[in-house]
Amino acid sequence: MPIENVDTDQIIPARFLKATERKGFGDNLFRDWRYNPDNTPKKDFVLNNPIYSGKILVGGKNFGSGSSREHAAWAIYDYGFRCVVSSFFADIFRNNSINVGILPVQVSAGFLDRIFKAIEADPKTELEVNLPAQTITILATGEKESFSINSYKKDNLINGYDDIDYLQAMGKEIRSFAEKSRY
Amino acid sequence: MPSTLFDKVWDAHVVRKISDGPDVLFIDRHFIHEVTSPVAFLGLENRGLKVMFPQKTFATADHNTPTINQHLPVQDPLSANQLKALETNSARYGISHWGLGNPKNGIVHVVGPENGITLPGMTIVCGDSHTSTHGAFGAIAFGIGTSEVEMVLSSQCIMQPKPQKMRIRVNGRPGKGITPKDVILYVISKLSAAGATGYFVEYAGEVFENMSMEGRMTVCNMSIEMGARGGMIAPDEITFAYLKGREKAPKGEAWDKALAYWKTLRTDEGATFDKEYDFKASDIEPMITYGTNPGMGMGITEHIPDAGKVGDSQASYDKSLQYMGLHQEDGMLGKKVDYVFIGSCTNGRIEDFRAFASIVKGRKKAENVTVWMVPGSHIVEQQIKEEGILDILTEAGFQLRQPGCSACLAMNDDKVPAGKYAVSTSNRNFEGRQGPGSRTMLASPLVAAAAAVTGVVTDPRELMAD
Repeated sequence: MPIENVDTDQIIPARFLKATERKGFGDNLFRDWRYNPDNTPKKDFVLNNPIYSGKILVGGKNFGSGSSREHAAWAIYDYGFRCVVSSFFADIFRNNSINVGILPVQVSAGFLDRIFKAIEADPKTELEVNLPAQTITILATGEKESFSINSYKKDNLINGYDDIDYLQAMGKEIRSFAEKSRY
Repeated sequence: MPSTLFDKVWDAHVVRKISDGPDVLFIDRHFIHEVTSPVAFLGLENRGLKVMFPQKTFATADHNTPTINQHLPVQDPLSANQLKALETNSARYGISHWGLGNPKNGIVHVVGPENGITLPGMTIVCGDSHTSTHGAFGAIAFGIGTSEVEMVLSSQCIMQPKPQKMRIRVNGRPGKGITPKDVILYVISKLSAAGATGYFVEYAGEVFENMSMEGRMTVCNMSIEMGARGGMIAPDEITFAYLKGREKAPKGEAWDKALAYWKTLRTDEGATFDKEYDFKASDIEPMITYGTNPGMGMGITEHIPDAGKVGDSQASYDKSLQYMGLHQEDGMLGKKVDYVFIGSCTNGRIEDFRAFASIVKGRKKAENVTVWMVPGSHIVEQQIKEEGILDILTEAGFQLRQPGCSACLAMNDDKVPAGKYAVSTSNRNFEGRQGPGSRTMLASPLVAAAAAVTGVVTDPRELMAD
């Protein structure tokens, strides 16, 4: 999806934030770009084109700008993506994605461009993302680039641990900190 | 070792540093609202966890609420569900809750400060990106996602890598008709929508030193719109005067003790930042946005610049202008306006309504404009009435609504129809933000008022005495 500055209002419009449960968000991913007001699919939107498939979403720079709504990450996960590739991610979105189980892969602008060109040439292009090795490869040509990820978050993603589990284990330390805190 | 304001507050809250990992940061105050909390509470239930410090948690209903007839049951069932969930969850865990109808109800980032809950030197989070507002008090305040809301509820801590530090100084004195909203829109237009990503900003310099607390809140509020993690301003006499006597602010001996600490909360001489910017107040005009991100703004007398100046790709720029029905080189003055919205956590406070009233006094609402006036809280609403501002507004043909986030993000019925142009004192002009197909122009309360009485984009200075 070679669109820049994809903001969270496009990923999941505000009217879909009315949920009290984490269900059905995949249906509303990019709702207003995917569907006409009468709910018929927009033929020229990439997600409606059956030639594309897979778990990796490739977006233009500054992907996920705007709101802190984690619903944006849920929508992407619920739809079936497990990885988003861009040359630049908004911070809150990057955090929300990792917390939800989506791997944000930041590549150079040049590499992103090569990925888009590869997909344009062949919509069935395969990308391989190797989290332990921290590399992303365009399989057809073998071109690869490394991406960075915080090693604590990397461990969590690989092992399925959770920040909340980690913090619960710190309960005593936190309470004693609270007792000494100013407020 | 000279240290910045940001470092002083951050370092004082680190419970544990994870090697090559984030810091575990203790959170002093956690604000919650009805949209981003229900799933967090469900998560708590599923894990069998409790809220660790209900007394450090404050709930208000704001995003989904109607701004008229709040005494009637909420029509939209999904909204009603979320509001009920907030009420139920708050009661269950012993969290202070200001729901619809409560005299303290209002927009979360308005009610925190006005009740003295927000204090200098605190760490504050909320499941809302405009939490940066509280940074106006010299607090580290930022928005978080729902999983993080669950994290803070269950452990009163959050995992955060420490951001880099940026300082933005603006010196000089703003001219007539230039408001804090114009200052921050100017800064964002210079840095772009992603220009501060990865940084926490400190705003410094004469312009901020002379700014009221409400003005500082407007500025800090929009830090996220240039991608910053948050923004803060060192507390000073203006801050202390604002806080003295507020309900939850310390009193007596506790006040003296707090004051002594607050006076240490400033950046030391010689402390360094990772990036710095310097701007002059004399370069700032009343601002207006023309595009679909808050960085696409310019002086109200200027003409829409080319894509290169904006820093976006040509394709992105073209898409934006096409959506807005505008063109490169277009001027904004004289552009017909269909809707005007004054309110939101950015500009929904008493000073914003005073500014609006100063322009409309003795004038009449333009026929072709629908105007939504939404106070940030019941306390603001009360002040509007007590100061006689309501009389001025009514005389001019305007109607005051009830508090809520309203048309800022149009989760309730206050939606701008497709294709219509709205001058809005809120914080985002993304495609469809105020309703599918709506076209938002962000501006100050003065610009909004000028549009409300003339029916077109107008330089407010034309309507002001010298």
